[in-house]
Order: sequence, then structure tokens, then C-alpha cells
Amino acid sequence: MKATLHIHSITRRSWRVSLKNISRLYLVLGSLLFATFITFVLQLWLGEYPIAPFDVLNTLLSRQVTDKNYHFVVMELRLPRAIVAWMVGMALGASGAIIQGLTRNPLASPDLTGVSAGASAGAVTMFVFFPGAPDVLLPLAAFGGGIFTAWLLYLFAWRNRSTAGSDSPLRLILIGIGLSAVLSAFTSFALTFSEIWNAQRAMIWLTGTVYATGWDDVNALFPWLVVGLPLTLLGARDLNVLNLGDNVAQGLGLPLHTVRAFLLLLAVALAGVTVTVAGIMGFVGLIAPHLARRLVGVMHEKLIPTSALMGGFLLILADLIGRTIRPPTEIPAGIVISIVGVPFFLYLLWKREKA
Amino acid sequence: MTILRAEKLSLGYDTTPIVHLLDLETPSGQITALIGPNGCGKSTLLRGLARLLKPKHGAVLLDGRAIHTLPTRQLARVLGLLPQLPTAPEGITVRQLIAQGRYPHQTWFQQWGQEDETALRNALALTSLTDLADRVVDTLSGGQRQRAWIAMSLAQETDILLLDEPTTYLDLAHQLEVLELLVQLNRKGKTIIMVLHDLNHAAHYADHLIVLSDGRVVAQGMAGQVITQEIIRKTFGVESLVMPHPVTGKPLCLPLRRIA
Ligand SMILES: Nc1ncnc2c1ncn2[C@@H]1O[C@H](COP(=O)(O)OP(=O)(O)OP(=O)(O)O)[C@@H](O)[C@H]1O
Ligand SMILES: [Mg+2]
Repeated sequence: MKATLHIHSITRRSWRVSLKNISRLYLVLGSLLFATFITFVLQLWLGEYPIAPFDVLNTLLSRQVTDKNYHFVVMELRLPRAIVAWMVGMALGASGAIIQGLTRNPLASPDLTGVSAGASAGAVTMFVFFPGAPDVLLPLAAFGGGIFTAWLLYLFAWRNRSTAGSDSPLRLILIGIGLSAVLSAFTSFALTFSEIWNAQRAMIWLTGTVYATGWDDVNALFPWLVVGLPLTLLGARDLNVLNLGDNVAQGLGLPLHTVRAFLLLLAVALAGVTVTVAGIMGFVGLIAPHLARRLVGVMHEKLIPTSALMGGFLLILADLIGRTIRPPTEIPAGIVISIVGVPFFLYLLWKREKA
Repeated sequence: MTILRAEKLSLGYDTTPIVHLLDLETPSGQITALIGPNGCGKSTLLRGLARLLKPKHGAVLLDGRAIHTLPTRQLARVLGLLPQLPTAPEGITVRQLIAQGRYPHQTWFQQWGQEDETALRNALALTSLTDLADRVVDTLSGGQRQRAWIAMSLAQETDILLLDEPTTYLDLAHQLEVLELLVQLNRKGKTIIMVLHDLNHAAHYADHLIVLSDGRVVAQGMAGQVITQEIIRKTFGVESLVMPHPVTGKPLCLPLRRIA
């Protein structure tokens, strides 16, 4: 009798726990969306040229407003820029979550592994040496550069992982930072070959910023995100299994090499396309997965969407701060994030050293 | 009944050969124990039998078909592997870990169904982990962690289960608990192949023993034929006394000293 009761209470409890887990995920996603929405409104409202929320709304709905400039400021400057920040952040958040899962390395992210710098170098190569090439090829060049870097990383750091005795998270990051330095140097060098106006525009490649982005950039990001983000969910279950170690994963029937290649291509594609629009936006891909893990745990079907929304929120918030803290001077969003990101990275290092 | 067999199997890493032209039959529906000194290739052989290593020569056959030609997911519904010293991802709970055992049974259309839930519950109950289901694996003791991994393999619900030293980290009672659990599963029809270091456990619990030394089979058969002073001296370099177990009658090995 006692035993039955006991079993009964356990079943009930586990049922409640799983229900709690699911609703927790939706609660987190909902809160992130809400916070993003608030930041969005502030983004349209605040700035060197504040526009009251009511006027913003009227402008958005194409109603009559008192000032004709409102339309331009809201519809052509602030709205696309906010959307770009959100999209770039989401792509980086998702990409970071995948890269951390793939490398089983909590210190990894698109920028710290050098993938972003590679994408930037690829895009700049196309931009500077093939100035006539159509813009749609730019993300592909970035993708190529990112893949090339991932391959180098694999050769230097990843492949020798098992023979080195144990996973060495630091080794991967050190090599990634080294690759970043070399590739950024290449990018700067290549930029000296470009026309002056090209070089000015191209400074974006070296600092992460969503300054002066417009609807073109939204359009450039859109297809990659619409395809890429749902695909990340497709890889979530495989990532869970991959995280158990190569032997266990293969024993469970995971086609290791195919899955790895697929996830890597996906992560590089998402990070690469952001580089063509906003340059190397550091630390979003590192911070977002960590915060997401705190909120929803380690299973990737929850972690990836949370990390994506977290990245979107962080970046739009960083841009808001950078834009409004000392107008008319604008601090690039990438720098705002680094101010938080560098100490955060050091904290992660310190925590690992201690463990 | 599925039969797992190795034919002239050679395995190795890169250029280093580890297992040489090995012929092996693991009787289906029985418990087979692999024994041998450290580094002799037990784990390598187990990985080869589970298609994690591609044979350099020969083949591993499941019901007469080379496992390398079978779709990996389909194979994973028949053949499970618990490697030596697996590490769980940081922050994963026992329940989440065990649920991963269902991976080969799931499809895109059917993600987590009643069968999966039942398999999870059974695995938790069989390994006495029900009360710890929502604990984070990192916070468990070594023995509890090992049981969580075993539970994950059980959730896979395969006919054949390969285990690499499933009793490491466990205290005496939990060692016996795991071995008795494997016997119990075996009675229900599961074929079990495991690496063990304790010769007396191997003699007691396994129907079939295989002694490996330097990548070759030195002896195989029932405990009485395999656990002898001669074979122990040859493979482990240890002088021992082997006598019938006063209760079970199976061979009991008392090591005396190392041969210099
Ligand atoms: N990934 C690897 N790459 C290269 N050599 C390896 C690898 N794994 C194992 N070896 C080598 O293969 C040989 C056999 O190793 P294996 O792990 O199969 O031994 P084992 O019998 O399981 O030993 P133990 O009882 O210590 O677990 C050893 O010499 C080992 O150094
Ligand atoms: Mg071993």
C-alpha cells in the first residue's frame, strides 16, 4: 500500500516537473520577446531626435504626423536598424549555442573561434578584389571564409583532441584568437587596396556595428535566417546526443561526421551572414548561450531558441545604449557588448580554472 | 535471436594495429565476459564490435551481415554500447541523460511517445534511480553516475548490449547490483557482452569468457576451461591459486604474487 502510494506520488511529481519545464521554456521565450519589444519601442523613440511613442505609432501606421521628418527617421533609419540588430543577434545567439555544443566547449563562440574573422576576410576579399560582384555573393564569400577558418581550426585544435588526452577548451580558444588576429590583419591589409569610399564603408568589417544599416540589410539577412534558424532546431536533438561524447553518440546511431558537418555549416552560415551586415560582433555568441543555459538548462531544443532570442535582445539593447548614452556620438554596439563581454569571458575562464 | 560474430577481425588506430585477425563468436542470449590485462585491446575490440572502428581486415557480422553495411540508426536499435568512462555534459539531469537512450527509436514525426516514456521509467526503476531522476548528473557520486549511464543504455532497449567495465567506481553492493541486473536482463533475452576486470565476477556471472592478450584471443569458453592457473600466469603474469568456489562450484581465483 505504502509502495503504491510512493510510486503514485513519484509519477505525479515527474509529470508536474515536465509540465513545469515546458511552461518555463515558454515563460522564458515570452519574457525575452517582451523585453525585446520594449527595447524596440525605446529604439524608435529615443535618440538625438526623440520621437514620442504616440508619434512613432502613427508613423508606423502611416497616419498623419506633425513632422514630415518622422517618417524618414522612423521608417528609414531606426526601424530597419533595430530589425537588423535583432536579426544579427538572433543569428549569433543560435550560432554560438551550436558552436558550444559542437565543440563541447563553453568558451567557444563564432568570434572567439576565428570563424567571424574568417567570414570577414572572405567578404572583404570579394569586396576589395572583385568590386563588380553582385551583393548577393557577399554572404557566400563570408561563408567560404568562415568555413576555411573552421577547417584550419579543425586541423590545429580539434582533430588532435582525443590524442591530447582530454578536451582542451583553452587550446581551441587560443588557436581561434590567433587565427582571428591573423585574419583581421589580412582584412586590414586588403582594405588598403580599396578605394577611399570603399575603405570607409569597409571599416564596418573590423568593428561590429549596426550603424547605418537599412532595409537592404534586412533583406540580405532575411533568407538566411528564415532557412537557418528553423534548421537549428532540426539539429537540436543530434546536438544533445553529440554532447555525450563521440563513442556514446555513435553507439546511439548518430551519423557523427554528417551531423557535425551539417551543424558546422549551419553555425558558420548564420555567423557569416551577420558579418556581411554588421561586421564582427564579438561576445554575443558567447554570452547568449550562457545566459540561456541558466534559464532553460542544457537541452538544445530549448537552449537554441532561447539563446537566439537572448542574442537578439542583447544586441538591440547594446545598440540602444550605444546610440543614446552620449548623443550625438554613437558607440558601436560591438564595443558596448565587449565592455560586458570581456569581463564575462574572464569570469568563465576563472570559473574553469577553479573547477 | 541475433548473433554477433567477428571474422578474421583486425582493428587499429591510424597505423597502430591493436587487434589481430581475431575470430570470435558471442553466443546469443548469453553473458560473455572479456577479460585481459590493461591495454590488451578489450575496449578496442568492443568498439569494433559496435562498429565504432572500421575493421582493417575481416568483418563483424550481425546475423551474417557485416555491420558496417547496416544503417547506423537501425543497428542502434539492436546493438547498444556503454563505453568506458563516459562523461556527461555539464548540467544535464539524470532523466535527460537517460532519455538520450531513446535517440535511435525516435523520428522527426514521432518525437517523444508513450513507449519512450515507458522505457525511461523502466530504466530508472531497474537502476534504482527513480528518486534521483531530477538530479544533475555532475552532483551524483561516481557509482550513481555509472548507474545513470547504464540506465541510458537500458533505455535504448537493444537485443545486444556491450558494456565496457560497467562496475568501475561501484562499491561491492553496487557491483553486485549491476551484475545481477545484467543477469536479470539476460534472462529476459538480452545478450550481454562486457569487459570485466574481476576474474571472480567474470567466472560467476558470465556464461562465456574470452581472454585477450596483446590483441589476440588466448582462450575462450566456460569459466572452468578459461580460469586456470596456467592461463592467468600467461596473460597477467600473476601466480595464483584456482579452486572450486565452495558455494557455486565455479572457479575461484586467489592471486598470490606477481611474476617478476
Ligand atoms: N584513440 C586511440 N588512438 C590510438 N591508440 C589508442 C587509442 N585508444 C587506445 N589506443 C591504444 O590501443 C591499445 C589498446 O587499448 P584499449 O583501450 O583497447 O585497452 P583495454 O584492453 O581496454 O585496456 P584497459 O583495461 O586499460 O581499459 C593501447 O595500447 C592504447 O594505447
Ligand atoms: Mg578499456
